[in-house]
Amino acid sequence: MAVAGGDCFPNRWKPSMTALAALIRRDIRIALRVGGGALIGVLFFLTVVVLMPFAVGPDLALLSRLGPAILWLGALLASLLTLDRLFMADHEDGSLDLITMSRTPLELACAAKALAHWLAAGLPLIVATPVLGLLLNLDMVATAAVALTLLAGTPALTFTGMIGAALAVTLHRGGLLMAVLVLPLSIPVLIFGVAASQAVIVGPMTFGAPFSILCALSLVSLVIGPFAAAASLRHGLD
Amino acid sequence: MTLIDLANPTRFLALTARVLPWLAAATIILLTIGLYQAALAPDDYQQGATVKIMFIHVPNAWLSMFVWGVMSIASLGTLVWRHPLADVAAKAAAPIGAAFTFLALLTGSLWGRPMWGTYWEWDARLTSVLILFLMYLGLMALWRAVDDPSRAARAAAVLTLVGAINLPIIKFSVDWWNTLHQPASVMRMGGSALDKSFLIPLLVMAVAFTLLFVTLHLAAMRNEILRRRVRSLQMMQASRIAFSSEVAVGSREDNASKEAGAA
Repeated sequence: MAVAGGDCFPNRWKPSMTALAALIRRDIRIALRVGGGALIGVLFFLTVVVLMPFAVGPDLALLSRLGPAILWLGALLASLLTLDRLFMADHEDGSLDLITMSRTPLELACAAKALAHWLAAGLPLIVATPVLGLLLNLDMVATAAVALTLLAGTPALTFTGMIGAALAVTLHRGGLLMAVLVLPLSIPVLIFGVAASQAVIVGPMTFGAPFSILCALSLVSLVIGPFAAAASLRHGLD
Repeated sequence: MTLIDLANPTRFLALTARVLPWLAAATIILLTIGLYQAALAPDDYQQGATVKIMFIHVPNAWLSMFVWGVMSIASLGTLVWRHPLADVAAKAAAPIGAAFTFLALLTGSLWGRPMWGTYWEWDARLTSVLILFLMYLGLMALWRAVDDPSRAARAAAVLTLVGAINLPIIKFSVDWWNTLHQPASVMRMGGSALDKSFLIPLLVMAVAFTLLFVTLHLAAMRNEILRRRVRSLQMMQASRIAFSSEVAVGSREDNASKEAGAA
């Protein structure tokens, strides 16, 4: 990034840009390797969606009506479960302390980590959506709509969830506490994600309004998430 | 007397000990006046006597949001100014806010039963208050999850501020999602839609409940300070016992080595 855009940035920014690119590359590589656990999220997503017909019955019409909601809930829970790893592994081996002390602003480092986490754990969920849409009897257009809303909405889930992950790592408590703290914050994303998908399938609303609000939510969380996570890491790690 | 002077917990305790009886008395007087006026208020032409639930319900609902605002300011005090009492204030406010929110939900649901024919309706305002209640409980869970108060304070402060930014967003989304509740009627453009016979008791009750919150909050802060003192005294005592037993073991070993040398 820094090599290609060498002239775009002032000289003193160059080291931090390379550092961020290196951080993203490293996190993705770790997540995709053995023990990284990024792809377990997809497996969990698949399992949740497969469980749904057992709960509501194998009625294809009903399943296609509930489809977007099921896919969104599955993606929400899957991204929540993988969030635990965002800071925990780095905290255990001490590299989080190095990141905190480095000259790169901690906010940017947090944003880079979240971006890497989304690329490794969030994107696979979206790639898996068309297959899961088949299981839920969604047609092409509906599946595309759900995938598109997930593409726009899952960054918000990752970036707000990052706050919970940062709190969990400073308190040495993960799991349920983090879920309880993060889930209420993800309600707006769920509302507009499902609303935009439903707008395509049944109408009568337009797709545009809820979808653009969903994008706005993602952008807002892109701003708030790194600052809150960095604040909690800075004040909490000692 | 500025906010910085209150940073000394002993001075804070002395000041609140003087102020609290007056606050409690004012709260009781205003609550009595408010309840009396509310009881005398005429029945609504549509809702009958159930309209009187409003005089309890609305102040609770107002305080459920006000307390989060107080906690946000206290959290800023923790993170920015490192005021020593800010995290005490934030911690003490959370359960009180949760209680007000719960009472708002409870009275609302009791009011909804005769009016809408159901205890619970997934309507926008009820839902967002329920989410607020969940966030209060999550915050309390966070406070209880860690035994070191200052560490928990910073985490809770971050969460409170994130909540303060997110609550309007959640409120807006839930409004968008569904709406059935009546629109705001106390404060709106062109004056209040409420009749004076309702408005005055309602305002008195709102002030009385706010005073009630201030009283409870100061009392809870005193309790929290005292609880922390007890905790640090207990820890000092525990370390003294551990230290003295260590010294005793050491002196016994000394004696043993002396005896061994003498032999």
